[in-house]
Amino acid sequence: MSASSWVLALLQALLYAALAPLLAGWVRKVKARLQNRRGAPLLQPYRDLYKLFAKEARMAHTASLLFRAAPYIVFIAVWLAASAVPLLTTGLPTAAIADVIVIAGLLALARFFLALAGMDVGTAFGGMGASREMFVSALAEPAMLMAVFTLAMTAHSTNLASVVDYQLASHDVLRPSYMFALAGLVLVAVAETGRIPVDNPATHLELTMIHEAMILEYSGRHLALMEWAAQLKLLLYGTLLANVFFPWGVAQGTGPSALGQGLAVITLKLAALGVVLAVSETVLTKMRLFRVPAFLDLALLLALLGLLSHVILEVGA
Amino acid sequence: MTAALWLAGVATILALLSAAVSLLAMRAPHVLRLVVMPLFGLAGLTALAAGLAALAQGGTATAELPLGLPWLPWRVRLDALSGLFLCVIGVVSFAVGLYGPGYVRRFERGRDPVTALGGFAGLFLAAMLLVVLADDAFLFMVAWELMSLSSYFLVAFHHDNAANRRAAFLYLLMAHIGGLAILLGFGVLASFGGGFAFDAMRGAQLPFFWASVAFVLAFVGFGMKAGLVPLHAWLPEAHPAAPSHISALMSGVMLKVAVYGFIRVVFGLIGQFHWQWGVAVLVIGSISALMGVLYALMQHDLKRLLAYHSVENIGIIFIGLGLAILFVDNDHAALGAVAFVAALYHCVNHAVFKGLLFLGAGAILHSANERDLENMGGLLRRMPWTGLFFLIGCISISALPPFNGFVSEWLTFQAALQAWQLDSGVLRSLVPIAAAMLALTGALAAACFVKVYGVAFLGQARSRHVRRARPVPLSMRAGQGVLAVLCLLLGVLPTSFIGLLNEVPRQVLGQGLPHATAHGWLWLTPISPGTASYGAPLVALALFTAVGLGLWLFGRGIRRVRRCDAWDCGFAPPSPGMQYTATAFAQPIRRVFELLFLIEEDVTQQEDGQLRHRLQVRDRAWGMLYLPIARAVEKAARQVVRLQSGNVRIYLGWSLATLVVLLWVIA
Repeated sequence: MSASSWVLALLQALLYAALAPLLAGWVRKVKARLQNRRGAPLLQPYRDLYKLFAKEARMAHTASLLFRAAPYIVFIAVWLAASAVPLLTTGLPTAAIADVIVIAGLLALARFFLALAGMDVGTAFGGMGASREMFVSALAEPAMLMAVFTLAMTAHSTNLASVVDYQLASHDVLRPSYMFALAGLVLVAVAETGRIPVDNPATHLELTMIHEAMILEYSGRHLALMEWAAQLKLLLYGTLLANVFFPWGVAQGTGPSALGQGLAVITLKLAALGVVLAVSETVLTKMRLFRVPAFLDLALLLALLGLLSHVILEVGA
Repeated sequence: MTAALWLAGVATILALLSAAVSLLAMRAPHVLRLVVMPLFGLAGLTALAAGLAALAQGGTATAELPLGLPWLPWRVRLDALSGLFLCVIGVVSFAVGLYGPGYVRRFERGRDPVTALGGFAGLFLAAMLLVVLADDAFLFMVAWELMSLSSYFLVAFHHDNAANRRAAFLYLLMAHIGGLAILLGFGVLASFGGGFAFDAMRGAQLPFFWASVAFVLAFVGFGMKAGLVPLHAWLPEAHPAAPSHISALMSGVMLKVAVYGFIRVVFGLIGQFHWQWGVAVLVIGSISALMGVLYALMQHDLKRLLAYHSVENIGIIFIGLGLAILFVDNDHAALGAVAFVAALYHCVNHAVFKGLLFLGAGAILHSANERDLENMGGLLRRMPWTGLFFLIGCISISALPPFNGFVSEWLTFQAALQAWQLDSGVLRSLVPIAAAMLALTGALAAACFVKVYGVAFLGQARSRHVRRARPVPLSMRAGQGVLAVLCLLLGVLPTSFIGLLNEVPRQVLGQGLPHATAHGWLWLTPISPGTASYGAPLVALALFTAVGLGLWLFGRGIRRVRRCDAWDCGFAPPSPGMQYTATAFAQPIRRVFELLFLIEEDVTQQEDGQLRHRLQVRDRAWGMLYLPIARAVEKAARQVVRLQSGNVRIYLGWSLATLVVLLWVIA
């Protein structure tokens, strides 16, 4: 692996960070249009982040050191996880550092510190958010792992770049296991990124919030990092769904034309995915917390069915 | 190799010496702190050196001790497997030796004799070392029983408390039932092998039926000691009852000695692999992992919670062992070696982080005199070092990168993902279900340790004595620090440790991991570089550099962060009582999995008109397994009472009848 590919990997990581607010803005814009509103400009999330970074950060008297360090850890962990997911091309060295289990692990690390930060100040809402977040993720994480294991078993690799390469090489095969895994992973992505019907990113209604409850005490640049991390996570799951299940257009080399094509294709795919998300958020309502297990059990069941249909139907055949 | 065996012998003698010296502590209690605990730590360090030497050199060394029966001298043997477990015992004992002097100080003025504490701890360590070194069934059983008995006295150390006496008795009972099963297992092996020496047993050719009998006996016997569900019920009673540094040894090390026994007997002595056994081990392991973590989530006594997590981690280890048996039976020895290495790696990891967490719980007990999470809070500000080390332990046990727990779970997943290479469709579908349970276990463990750390160390103190907690003495911090650093090293440099570990599968399965370090020390590639790779040092480097850089860039601002009241959506200023409690934190999970628990919950009105909510979550294993057996034993005893007529002639008649039957059996 040459130095230029490492530079390219770094550029891809920066691209992730740069694109993340755009996707969030796009989803908000489409959603607003669907609800007959004009909505905020597409670039509003960038302005929000800029404003938050410029503002003074304040902390509660009862907050400890962990509260200060958590935004950095959360952001970096999510960012590292994202940079291991192939965005434009599969020919980058980062994919070999962290396979899909490590990505799940890094996301879990971010969640661990996010939940701890929620509990740090010692308010009722923080504890509530942390408890719910860990509850939802405890059910979502196995579903996610099972869904990606289906792909990993088919491609005989847990390395996402290899999985995408394998997909590209056998593009005209429709596998039943993939359908199950895709359905499972979509449900998990909705739960993990805190979207309707599991959580509502736009609410501060005390009794329903999960993610917002944990970051309630944050302000200034700390809040900016937390928000940015959440946007990155959305982009990560979007890319995962778009590039692993619909791998068409992902570059396999590192030439400029291939990368340009990769960028154009992923932009289109993410834009389409954003529309789907906005539509589903418009037509669905938020569930009660105790309906969420049924939702996630369905995800786990679908993912497990995918895995089983792979090992039973596809391996022997 | 002989030198390593000598070192191991020295370690055993040092442990016995620390036991002997503690007799002096009867008159002068500070001897325990000044001499006994350092000797104990030195014994641990020597054992660690012996184990590392054995792993690095490979090969085996044997010796005969001038002890034992005339026709059956005690034989010891040191190979890579023993060496690895010597390391496990040694490293935790060393940390306990460092930690002990500060911790045992609180017992010097107590009513309980410190002689017992030091003496039995030394015996306990020596017995564990002997179990690992034993090369014949006789010495193994003697050492095994010595280990059980000495730890019984340690569990019963605070015998003023009736609950502790009960826990200790239950422990003794279970230890003996387990010991009996192991003894019978050795009996089967010895009768086919023609001798009690392990060498004779290794050569035995057992038919499938008798091999399975020996396997089941070993699985039950060692599984009981290791705390596999449903035989685990004694564990969360006994481990928390002992003083904390002993809890660390029992949970961190003694359970591993049981795992060693299982590996030695099943992988080494029986030497056969059948998929039925693999399925049994895999299923029991998965159930133990899941039930262990679910019950742990329901606890709010810190030490009990940690003890339940031992059940979980032993389950994860057995998942690895079950996969190893399945793969080896399917002629995939290389994959079997991956699963086996995953199990061994998790043994080491669990010893380190569970030792660390129990020492942390001891530190809280030492400075705040509190075990109940519901009374804790804000300890990070009172005890920053303990808080940091405990956080590292929490991250490690929750299997989060870049710490050590993640590496072994990653390896277990990698082994499970190779299930497509198995022949039978049933097995191919069973393994992914086990992997799903492992994933669920990992996620629940993270939830549990967010609960523990968030409630104990963050927020505000929920009681006065916790608010006044003081940092613990330097020696206790050093003991925790050693283990915390190891958690990081084992997580960041897995290739180096697997390079050492590789000798064990080479000796036991005849097959190591050829490709694990094929791409240099930066990349861990257990199966092949194309299949999976984990650049642990790079992940850690990126994580630490980026977080450090972020903190530094905003460093000027960080010092200037202004403090204010918590916002909390603009409600009344938060008080400690408004924080989420441990029970509240786990409530959603309790509700989802409520069928698995025995929940008693009611609200009663007290005399002063106040409402009181009572919640008790009990282990279903009691009602389903233990109480029926206890009732059956009592019922049988009542039948036996009929023999007791009080008439001597009838007793003599029974004796005669017994003699006749025995003669008939022998003839």
